[in-house]
Amino acid sequence: MMAFLSNLVNGISLGSIYAIIALGYTMVYGIAKMLNFAHGDVIMVGAYIAFCAAQYWGFPPVLALLVAMAVCTLLGVTIEKLAYAPLRQATSLAVLITAIGMSYLLQNLALLIWGANPKVFPDLIGLGSIALFDGQLVVKGATLVTIAANIVIMVALTLFTARTKMGKAMRCVSEDRGAAELMGIHVNGTISLTFAIGSFLAAIAGFLLCSSYPVLQPTTGSMPGIKAFTAAVFGGIGSIPGAMVGGVLLGVIEILGKAYISTELGDAIVFAVLIIVLLVRPTGLMGKATREKV
Amino acid sequence: MTKQEYAGPILKVEDIHVYYGAIHAIKGISLEVYQDEIVTLIGANGAGKSTTLNTIAGLLKPRSGSIEFCEKPITHLGASKIVPAGLSLCPEGRRVFQQMTVRENLEMGGFTRTPEEIDESMEDMFQRFPRLKEREKQIAGTLSGGEQQMLAMARALMSKPRLLMLDEPSMGLAPILVEQIFGIIQELHGAGVTILLVEQNAQMALSVADRAYVLETGSISMSGPAQELAHNDAVRKAYLGS
Repeated sequence: MMAFLSNLVNGISLGSIYAIIALGYTMVYGIAKMLNFAHGDVIMVGAYIAFCAAQYWGFPPVLALLVAMAVCTLLGVTIEKLAYAPLRQATSLAVLITAIGMSYLLQNLALLIWGANPKVFPDLIGLGSIALFDGQLVVKGATLVTIAANIVIMVALTLFTARTKMGKAMRCVSEDRGAAELMGIHVNGTISLTFAIGSFLAAIAGFLLCSSYPVLQPTTGSMPGIKAFTAAVFGGIGSIPGAMVGGVLLGVIEILGKAYISTELGDAIVFAVLIIVLLVRPTGLMGKATREKV
Repeated sequence: MTKQEYAGPILKVEDIHVYYGAIHAIKGISLEVYQDEIVTLIGANGAGKSTTLNTIAGLLKPRSGSIEFCEKPITHLGASKIVPAGLSLCPEGRRVFQQMTVRENLEMGGFTRTPEEIDESMEDMFQRFPRLKEREKQIAGTLSGGEQQMLAMARALMSKPRLLMLDEPSMGLAPILVEQIFGIIQELHGAGVTILLVEQNAQMALSVADRAYVLETGSISMSGPAQELAHNDAVRKAYLGS
């Protein structure tokens, strides 16, 4: 029983990281109608920056995280301006290939700068562990911080899109870019803002990911990136609550699958569940089928 | 804000050419709209009516020619600069934000204005369109076609435009709703809004307009006072079904 609880908590924690990454995918897809496959690698850059700031420059953990957030936000907006914005009128395939190219570019730049040897990410959260039920259930501080961060981010983003003027403008652009332009909404600015938010969250995700799984190398972002993308599709791409639900469920399924079915098949189980969900609900768990009213 | 008077046209389109890729959609259109007028563009499907409005609104860029609004060039401005200048387009097919509430749609219509101005205009809109007030918190996608058209018009008016462009406001509506929409157009005109109206329903359009332009495959074939065109044999044959 305690083992199950422990696995569940770990699953929710891993899922929270997927959810935070998935937000970046789902928001960019919703607004810019593109799959930003370089998103996973922005996470890796964020983790490296936090690592350098803490390890080499001696920054305190919070400051290291802030520096990583700033760099990633800037990086995300720059990538969008340089690589994607010129392709606004191009076919979606051209944009997709560019995104994949950008992903490799970031990985190879990281290889050039930080080398191929994995770095051991320091324990920056440093909260120790909490023992529950007379020490039968031990939860790591990083695990709790990750879950808490996920909840805070979800509430903040939901409020942002529901209440603020810029958040509403993002929903407009997501629904009908042309009509949004006719409102006087600056569509390019809105897309930049979306990339900024997504990349800002990527830095947090990178920090949390490496706090729980402390091996940092240039490919660190790839697999979590793909899993988070899966989570976004699973939950219904374009939907913010969908990213949350999809991410957390995926994390739980992965950890429980690895614990109780097969460690080797853990990832296969994750993708099998995705296939089943998409067969039953092609729009994902919380995706809206577009209805046309005449 | 006192209304500035313009002796010349408030909208002056001169010899614009618009392409969709290799297709030459608009072949040298010139038109003018003066303050307090209702001007209509009529013509068959594919004549270029919507393309003309979308180009004026800044969604499309003309390859050559010029557009002046309130004596300032707007040819190369994007829509987000044109709206605050006082030009608003209510697009074809209504295009209200289906997943947002009626109130949110109206707020977005006032995107370029201050919260106080938005509140003030929102009250105006609710007075003019009481139906929208009743449905304030409803999701726009659940409104009927006529209500969505009213919402689209109210949303376009939220920016307090000097010139309102309406693209096929009667499209897909039952005859009684068409009457109602045209009634609203006349009321707006009475309240001092200048209107550029694109319509398939040429008869209705000519009956409310001061002047009209007839569009045929990307260029203007005729223009003049609406009453005159309504009695012109060629126009009657081609667009009025008699």
